[in-house]
Amino acid sequence: MNDMRLTERNVTSSEIKISARQVDVFYGDTHAIKKVDVAIPDKTVTAFIGPSGCGKSTFLRCLNRMNDTIDGCRVTGDILLDGEDIYDKRVDPVQLRAKVGMVFQKPNPFPKSIYDNVAYGPRIHGLARGKQELDEIVEKSLRRAAIWDEVKDRLQAPGTGLSGGQQQRLCIARAVATSPEVLLMDEPCSALDPIATAQVEELIDELRERFSVVIVTHSMQQAARVSQKTAFFHLGELVEFGDTGQIFTTPKDPRTESYITGRIG
Amino acid sequence: MTDLSAVPGTAGGAKKSSILEADARTRRRNAAEARFKVYGMLAVATGVLALILLLISILSNGLSSFRQTFVTFDVPLSAETLDPNGNRNPDEMSKVSTFGYSPLILNGLKEALSARGISVDEVPDADLANIISRAAAADLRDFVLANPQVVGETLSFEFLANGRIDGFFKGRVTYESAERDSNVTPDQLRVAEAMVAADLMETRFNWGFITGPDASGQRPESAGLGVAILGSFYMMLVVLVLTLPIGVAASIYLEEFAPKNRFTDLIEVNISNLAAVPSIVFGILGLAVFINFAGLPQSAPIVGGLVLTLMTLPTIIIATRASLKSVPPSIRQAALGVGASKMQSVFHHVLPLAAPGILTGTIIGLAQALGETAPLLLIGMVAFVREYPEGLPQGLFDPASALPVQVYQWTQRSDPAFVERASGAIIVLLVFLVLMNAVAVLLRRRFERRW
Ligand SMILES: Nc1ncnc2c1ncn2[C@@H]1O[C@H](COP(=O)(O)OP(=O)(O)OP(=O)(O)O)[C@@H](O)[C@H]1O
Ligand SMILES: [Mg+2]
Repeated sequence: MNDMRLTERNVTSSEIKISARQVDVFYGDTHAIKKVDVAIPDKTVTAFIGPSGCGKSTFLRCLNRMNDTIDGCRVTGDILLDGEDIYDKRVDPVQLRAKVGMVFQKPNPFPKSIYDNVAYGPRIHGLARGKQELDEIVEKSLRRAAIWDEVKDRLQAPGTGLSGGQQQRLCIARAVATSPEVLLMDEPCSALDPIATAQVEELIDELRERFSVVIVTHSMQQAARVSQKTAFFHLGELVEFGDTGQIFTTPKDPRTESYITGRIG
Repeated sequence: MTDLSAVPGTAGGAKKSSILEADARTRRRNAAEARFKVYGMLAVATGVLALILLLISILSNGLSSFRQTFVTFDVPLSAETLDPNGNRNPDEMSKVSTFGYSPLILNGLKEALSARGISVDEVPDADLANIISRAAAADLRDFVLANPQVVGETLSFEFLANGRIDGFFKGRVTYESAERDSNVTPDQLRVAEAMVAADLMETRFNWGFITGPDASGQRPESAGLGVAILGSFYMMLVVLVLTLPIGVAASIYLEEFAPKNRFTDLIEVNISNLAAVPSIVFGILGLAVFINFAGLPQSAPIVGGLVLTLMTLPTIIIATRASLKSVPPSIRQAALGVGASKMQSVFHHVLPLAAPGILTGTIIGLAQALGETAPLLLIGMVAFVREYPEGLPQGLFDPASALPVQVYQWTQRSDPAFVERASGAIIVLLVFLVLMNAVAVLLRRRFERRW
């Protein structure tokens, strides 16, 4: 772990964007998330790390209520977005998901053209007033996802015809096109080569100026590079949460330490 | 890292083997594979053989029904017999029945024969008249009543030949069989042969078989499929208009929206069971509900269509649900992830991807409905119908026949000429089925996005 370069961790905002209190998640009888408390600050990159199956994706999905779409999944506890309970009865999950965008572990572009993939969100949310405005949004989003140069000549080509890494960046472009306030990313770089990974990481750092980004990653180097806050999950529990520098240099919990040094996971 | 030091080949004392020769295990595996391939090819060959035999038998029996023997000669439309009052009023002329027309046809025929030098002195008049179809007099009368101004003229007419005479030219009737047959005499056959030589009689393609209405058991030569095709077409329209929206809506609801609980499980099981219910049960249901309770007319395409809709719905729901299921869930997640509603995710993304499967399922369901006979027998579609149903939509309530029922009816009749016509009707039915499947393939191609 000595090649880890810990960038300066100036958390630009101390404002809390999302706060979770005593969150439990059950899949049927499986208790996947146990009493998790966490406060995710605004305009910050927060990394979720932990061994496979510890519940990182599950917890991430709670933050935009994607768990609602899974049969038998039950969430208890409070999750507040800007102080408002997202599990309140009055909340329409569709509206919530426009504010809290998501990039999935596996690239999942729509079987439509590259242009339509990116334009879909702005279209259904009425974010563009005309064709020109939509074109601008599409171009801006594709540029921010570091894929514009590769696809600018074939915007009408199918999105599923791209390579895995390109597809993932297309999905990122699709997610940022709706200008969410929070962007959830589940291992967004697992299908990317080092160059594309670096580009996405750069993008994440850029996104931090406007959004709060939550990223699940198996690469500790990546967590160290891009995040300001890190949460370590183990067996459904949030073991430790704090500044990335502190987690990677002076972890308080022995489990965190053994995971970071490669003894569990 | 320890096993790196192990010397390859010595582990377990196994002797070093060459990959150039197969070992016993591999040989056994290859033999099993070869055996399985042979089984597979035998199975496919059996199926293909059965299909070929079926096609050969139907085509050899039925193709001849598309050709028919026609007789052409001049008929003097004598004014004294057809219009005794002489004012060309169709209402008064309609008092003359077909018995008034038969002698005119016979006279015309006799004249034509003697003009060609064919001697028919030894043939009784009744036998001579019988060379022409029994339907001829009625056809002539219809023509005259529709065009009263032709009375008094002598016009050339084309009549169908009697079914037995037609059968003679198709090899069904021979001089020997005519000896034993009370419906045809060898003399008639001799006259017919002479007529062919004299260009009075010829066998050629007969549109009447496809467009004409059914005919009674004594005149197989004029029986056609027109009413049955129209009836089947009307029923298919009813089935399509009802099953597609109902089936697709039900499937989308069950697959995408319905909570998974006991109740929806029960519905699911019942839909699968319904698909396996014998079709005749749907006929009884249709009789009880649509005819006895709702009071809809018997033998009407609307009732047939409703019954077939009930029968087809489960098939279409099952096919539609299967194609909805095959759309990867990641597409739904992607749509929900960018803030699409459930409805938007289904209609913008899932349904277009499932459309080819849904269309194929629907057309297969329709094809199944097109060939269905049993339920139609119970709702009175076996009635003998000679009148064409009206245009849409009133035509849905007029009596009509259906293609498979027509086949069934014709096989019930005693005249052997109907066997040929039943096979011909099967060919027409098969052609429609092939056409529908071709449409299914085309639609699939059109809707399937290859990416
Ligand atoms: N749809 C589901 N139904 C039932 N159990 C599930 C479901 N999804 C996840 N689980 C269970 O919840 C636990 C947490 O899974 P989760 O996917 O959140 O892990 P993860 O930390 O994201 O792992 P990975 O790093 O491998 O992606 C696992 O034990 C898993 O078996
Ligand atoms: Mg995961």
